[in-house]
Order: sequence, then structure tokens, then C-alpha cells
Amino acid sequence: MPDGSRDGTLLFDRNDWTFDSMHRTFDAIIDIAEKDLGLNLYPNQIEIISSEQMLDTYSSVGMPLMYRHWSFGKHFIQHEHQYRKGMRGLAYEIVINSNPCVSYCLEDNSMALQALVMAHAACGHNHFFKNNHLFHQWTDADGILDYLDYARGFIQKCEEQHGTAAVEKLLDAAHALMSVSVFRHRRPPMLTERAERERERRRNEEAEHSVHYIWSAHEAADRPGGTEQAVQERKSRMRLPEENLLYFIESYAPKLQPWERQILRIVRNIGQYFYPQRQTKVMNEGCACFVHYHILSRLHQTGRIGDGAMLEILHNHTSVLFQPGFDDPRYSGMNPYTIGYAMMTDIQRICTDPTEEDRAWFPDIAGCKDWRNVLKDAWSGYRDESFIQQFLSPKVMRDLRLFSLSETGNEAFYRVSAIHDEAGYREVRDALASANNPSLSDPDIQVVDVDLLHDRVLHLQHRPTSGVPLAEDDVRRTLDHCRRLWGYDVSLTEG
Amino acid sequence: MTQFIDRRLNPKGRSLGNRSRFIRRARAAIKKAVDDSVRSRNIVDVDQGEHVAIPASDIHEPSFHNADQGGHRDHVLPGNKTYRAGDRIDKPPQGGGAGGREGAPDGEAEDEFLFALSRDEFLDLFFEDLALPDLVKRSLKSTDIMRPRRAGLSVTGAPANLSVMRTMRNAIGRRVGLRRPANREVEDLRGHIASLEAAPHKDTHDSDELAKLRARLDHLVARQKRVPFLDPVDVRYRHFEMKPEPTANAVMFCLMDVSASMGQREKDLAKRFFVLLHLFLKRRYEKVDLVFIRHTHQASEVDEQTFFYSTESGGTVVSSALVEMQRVISERYPAGDWNIYAAQASDGENYSGDSAHCAELLNGEIMNLCQYFAYVEIIGEAEAKILTNPASGTELWRAYLGVSGKWPNFALKRIAHRSEIYPVFRELFSTAPETSDA
Repeated sequence: MPDGSRDGTLLFDRNDWTFDSMHRTFDAIIDIAEKDLGLNLYPNQIEIISSEQMLDTYSSVGMPLMYRHWSFGKHFIQHEHQYRKGMRGLAYEIVINSNPCVSYCLEDNSMALQALVMAHAACGHNHFFKNNHLFHQWTDADGILDYLDYARGFIQKCEEQHGTAAVEKLLDAAHALMSVSVFRHRRPPMLTERAERERERRRNEEAEHSVHYIWSAHEAADRPGGTEQAVQERKSRMRLPEENLLYFIESYAPKLQPWERQILRIVRNIGQYFYPQRQTKVMNEGCACFVHYHILSRLHQTGRIGDGAMLEILHNHTSVLFQPGFDDPRYSGMNPYTIGYAMMTDIQRICTDPTEEDRAWFPDIAGCKDWRNVLKDAWSGYRDESFIQQFLSPKVMRDLRLFSLSETGNEAFYRVSAIHDEAGYREVRDALASANNPSLSDPDIQVVDVDLLHDRVLHLQHRPTSGVPLAEDDVRRTLDHCRRLWGYDVSLTEG
Repeated sequence: MTQFIDRRLNPKGRSLGNRSRFIRRARAAIKKAVDDSVRSRNIVDVDQGEHVAIPASDIHEPSFHNADQGGHRDHVLPGNKTYRAGDRIDKPPQGGGAGGREGAPDGEAEDEFLFALSRDEFLDLFFEDLALPDLVKRSLKSTDIMRPRRAGLSVTGAPANLSVMRTMRNAIGRRVGLRRPANREVEDLRGHIASLEAAPHKDTHDSDELAKLRARLDHLVARQKRVPFLDPVDVRYRHFEMKPEPTANAVMFCLMDVSASMGQREKDLAKRFFVLLHLFLKRRYEKVDLVFIRHTHQASEVDEQTFFYSTESGGTVVSSALVEMQRVISERYPAGDWNIYAAQASDGENYSGDSAHCAELLNGEIMNLCQYFAYVEIIGEAEAKILTNPASGTELWRAYLGVSGKWPNFALKRIAHRSEIYPVFRELFSTAPETSDA
């Protein structure tokens, strides 16, 4: 372990990395992460991979193992094409929310870049995964790799038993509904491989029960159908409305085979696993950038990273954080890295060196000096939307010169609704917070009713947010997939 | 605890399974793209795989999502310079504009999905509807070469083929089963007897013992003789059967008329045909040799560059090329070891009277040696409209027509345009069974 006496000796002085220099540097990084920042980390597993393997991992939604499906092949080809044409570089790393926390580092990285990547992924993301309440409560880092392994094996077995074409069709349909098959409000049970096998066994045993309502049809026939009370009763029995489409189909679709239900379950579980990541893009990247910057500049200050290497690190740091203005040809939306990092350094500033404005806006933390714990609280207790609501300061809005536009219907112009001034801070903040809330940008589609004893039409309802309609062409094709799964007609109404 | 793992040596191509699924999925679209590119592009490049573009809508993955337009929306943007609250900004004429949607940066059409097929993938699609399996069966009929193949064991055979392992295994089983006394047991007994005999004092007990042991020794030795160490019934020989084996080598003869009447267009068409045949053979045989024979009024074997790109003037005597081919075959490619394919391209002109000689050569020897002989006549596009009757044509054509009547593995076709080459190639090979059945 490095200590004071070793300070000042360079961790590495060559551009190429070796396992030796990686080890040495990582020890120094972890030392600062744990002793200075007080991060709470999963054990790390750092894997060196080639660029082709990086493309592989990209295409299977960033997971180290995944079941087989043509769409992953398509994504691979897309990434490869863009990469070969130089349209985009490869990520320097990919990190997986698992225990141990797996980070993939590209072999082409220079040693300085590897140091950056290790501080970023193996400390920053790692801490965020382990401590943020969403990940903590909604995903199971211990079980995910086993679960994916199980899923891959199960789907392969299904392909062997039922044919690749049948499995492919099912997966196509399931993927189409993946985005509307997330529990946003009630918490899903944890994924474990063993529980999954157990469930599969029970499901097979009770296969005939999946059509239990047919058996009770005789009794039901006597009851008056269609009255308001009967409808209410039916809905409450099926716990309608239901926001998770695949969950509902898995549970109630009349015609699906047990293995088909199991595959639907796998797809929606994987979708659910990624839901916290979609809600914490800004925070996750902000946290990682803040952590790598803090650690590496500390190493540079103590003379353990040379000036040249630090320049390279800063060059990469700033290009990741680059936010072109809205009128720049390079502009392609808000960069989550930028906003996250800007807010976190700003929190540090508010804690240590507040202005009058900060004292008015953030009386709890302004000048408290303890920025480490303020940040750690923020990392653990918030998601993007609430984090922005809580911590976006006027200074950050001014620095980034944020302004908000609104448009209504098919008007030929945008209206500037607020800018970075006293009158507009709150409105800009609200708008940015909602822009980072996936439950607002995802359409709200729910199962509202189905009468299994009569026409079995699955009634879906779309509730538009601020009147935003669905993309029509896709609606038609997605509904086709939905019908294929449900086995009967499906209707979609606007609510 | 931190672990570093070097994954770089892990097997490559982890996503090949996904890729093949993707290609199967988009098969129809890719196939069409491949066919188009074969028609319009240089076939010589086919070897290198191919970039194809397929319509993105064929492989679109639909989902419920919000439309780009409509409803009330708020956007937050960075980099304000001059705007104040309440300002109006005109929307850009097309697309989402300031909403943050980016157009295609390099002019590549967004509704096309571009990717590269590997050589193997391309060729698979390329040959897909050529019904290869039948073709393979049909043209792999040269079974002249017989090679010994292992075929189990036998009780008779040449000493060189003795299977020691099997023989000894049988012997051990037999010896155990018939309780043959082990050599060591006999030796021990002899030693025991010798030590008793050498003992200085002998009493009656000892001599009784000695007699008993001698009797036992005799019994064991006799038994050893009766149950031999190795018996003729143990012996096994490796057995071989002679089996026909298809030759894995092919040679392809490219014959072409290079006299002045063959212009660049004709040569170009001929080349495409040769390349196609070569590709086809390359997939089927381990080794494909190419022999280029060009001819005017005399023929010579040349290298590929000379064959396609250098010009020569002179008359046209087609039979000279066939004679040259015969010479090369007899020198280097004995028909027993090689599958011989020949492709001839010409504009149909020939020295008057020579065509009959050609037919004679073909009927006499060459067709006996060849797996397949394909003749393409390259004609002008104007001529193609006139020459619709296969029975009429130049003298050479008519002579060859006679040959094709006698040999099912002789095919001839007329080509006028490069888009016809591929269909013609297909036809050449698929017509073979009909004529052979007839």
C-alpha cells in the first residue's frame, strides 16, 4: 500500500500499460477512493479486452453474457460500421452493476487512460451502483450474472426444443413490449438463479392451472356478466390496471406455453434491471467523473502522476465533458456527463465557498464544509429528476446558459419560456428535471381490462403526457406483436 | 480485493451466433442486395465480401414510443446567447430542429442499413439458389481413384497388417479364461524344489513334500503346454477395403479467342463468366488450378494478365486451343487425379472448316476427360434480338450444338449482356440433369 514515504514516486512513466503498472496505480487509486473520499465499493474485477470484444459487449446491451437474438447482431453491425468509419470511438470502458463489479478496459488505452478508466469505473460507477437507493432496492448485483447465464441457457434450450424460429418470434414480440413492461411503482422481486429454476419447475407442474378460469367458467356463467360490479370485481381480481404489459401477458395470456411465459419473464426482468440506469444517467456519470477527477488530481498533486500523463487525462476528461451550444453543429442534446459533473463540483463549491445566493438557495449545505458527505448523501438518496430538483443551482444554469423552450401542437415557432435569470431559474430547473425523468418521456400504457370468459380482447389504454401522441407507424407494428403474444385481439385507446 | 483478468485471448467472434441470426432474419433483403451487386459490380471483387445496403424498415424493431411532433413539450438547451423569456423562435423548416434531433451527419441515408458481408456469407447467398447439393452429387462422379480404407478386423491377412494389440488382448482373455499357469508361478515352484533338494538333511517329511511339489510342477508345465501363450485363434489382422474416393483437386481450363474480333466488351463478359466458374469450383474443391489458353490461329498457354489484357492479332482457329488443352492435360493433369472443367468463350467466329475438327476433338477425347465443358458465345446486343433460335448460328455454334446432343456434360449458351451472365451460369448447371435424363 502506498504511504507518505512513497509519495512523489511516479506510478508509471511509460505510455504503455503493463499489469504491473495497472496494479500499482489501482492500489493508489483505491487508497484515495477509500481513505480520502470514503467510498463504499464492491470488490473490483478489472478485465482487459480487445476492441472487437468491446463491440461484442456493446451490442449485447453492455452485458457480458446475453441470450442470442438477431437484434444484437444488428446492433453489433451498426456499432462496427460506425466504428470502422471513424464516426465514433469506442468507449474506453464498460462497467457492470454486479458484485464483484466488472469493469472492461480496452487494451488500446494508454496507461494514463487506464488510470482514468479505473478511477472512473471501478471507483465512481462502482460506488454509485453499490450505494444509490434505486440500484440497491431494484436490482440484485449479486445475482445478475448468474441470472443472465441462466437466461442464456434457458433460451438456448428452448431454441433446441421448439426451434429457433419460434423463439425468435417470441423474443421479437417481447422486445417490442420491453419498454412498457417495467414496474415503475411497485418493486419487483429480486432475481436469483435458483428462485428462477424453482419457479420454472412449479410453473411446469401447474401448467394446467394457467387456464384455471376456464374451469371456473361454469360458475361464472350463472353470475350476471357485464354489470358495473362484475367488471370491478374482475378487474380487482386481476389487479387491473396493470402498467407492466409483459407481466400481465405472462400471467394471463390464455394460449402461451410455459416456456413462452418463462421467456417473457426473462425479457422483462432484464428490462427491469436496466430501469434504474435510465433514471440515473446524469448522476451516475456525474459521480464517476467527479470521482475520477478528484482522485487523479490528488495523485497528480502528490507527484505520483507525471505532468504529461495528467495532460492526457485532462484532455480526455474535458472532451467527455464537452457540451456544445444548441446552435453548434455538433449539438446532439444535453450531455449527461456535463450536467452531472457541473452540479457535483458546484455542490463542493457551495459547501466550501458559498455565495449569498447559495446561502439563500441551499441553506442546509451552504458553507457546511463537509462536501464529501453531502455528495454521498446525494449519490445514495436521489435519482436524476429529484437530484436536479434539489441541487441544480443558479450558478450552474448561468454557466451552461440554460434556457427552456416550449412548443404546443403544430405551431411554427418555439416560445422561450424561461432563461437563466432570477425569474426563470425555477422554471428551467423544473423543465430539466422532467426532461430527465424517463417515466415522463416513456409513454404511459396500461392494461385496463380484459374479459377472459367472453371476447378476451386485451384493452390497453394510452394516457398521453401533455398531449404528446404515440408514433403511429410503430404503434401498429407493436400492436401486432402484442396480439401475437396475447393470442386474441388487442385494442389501444387514448385515455 | 481486486482482480485483473486478461480477456484478450478469449475466443473471438462471440457474437457470430447473433450475426448469423441477423443474416437469416434479413435474408430476403440481403439476398436481393447481393443479387443486385452481382449484376452491377465487378465479379472479380466478389471474393472480398461485399458491402450491402438493405432497407432499414425490414429490420426495424418497433416499440411504443412518443411521436416527434405534437402535444405540448418543453426542451432545455444550453448555450443561450441572446434570447429572453417570451421570445419566439421559428422552427427550422424540417424535422425536430432545436428539439435536439440530429440529421444524418454524413449524408448517408437513414432508411438504409449498411454493412459488410464476409466472403463466406456472400458466397453462401450468392450460390444459394444454385441448388448446390444436387450439383455436387452430379458432378462428383469421378470415382476413378480407389484408396484402402480401414474396415474393422479379420482373422486372416498379411503379417504386415497384424494387429498386435487386438491379438494380445484376445490371448490374455483366453489365458485367463483357461487358467494357464503363470510363468512366475512355475519359476517359484522350481526354485522351491531346488532349495529343498539342496538342503543337507532330508527326512521323510521332506521327501514327501518334494515328491508332491514335483508332481505339481509337472502338472503346471503340462497345462502350460496345453494352453499356449499365443494361439492361432487369438490372431487378428487389420482389414482394409478398397473404396472409391472423389478427387479433391480440380483444374479449370479457360479457353478464349483473343483475335481482333474480340473487343474489350467481349473479353469483359468472358472474364465474368470465368470468374464465376472459378468461384464456384473454389468452393467445392480443396485446390483449383487455373490454366489459361488463348488462341488466335495458334494457341498458347499464358498467365492470367496476358490472357485478359494483352492483345494479339491473327486469324481464328478454335481447334488449336483444344489441341493445346489436350497437351496440357496429358502433361500435367492426368484425368484420374484431377477433375477437369473447361470453359470456353468466343464470339463464334472460326476458320472455315475448323469447326468440324473441333467437334471431332471434343467427341473423340476431350469430353471423356472433362467433368464439364461450358461454351459461351458472346454476341452483340443487336444480334441477340435476331438470334433467338438456338438451332441457328455460326458454324462453330452448330458444330457445338451437335456435341452437346451427345454429351450431357457439355453446355453452350449465348450471352449478350453482363446481367445475363449469372442467370446463364445458373442455367448451364441446372440444364445438365435434364439432358442427362433425356
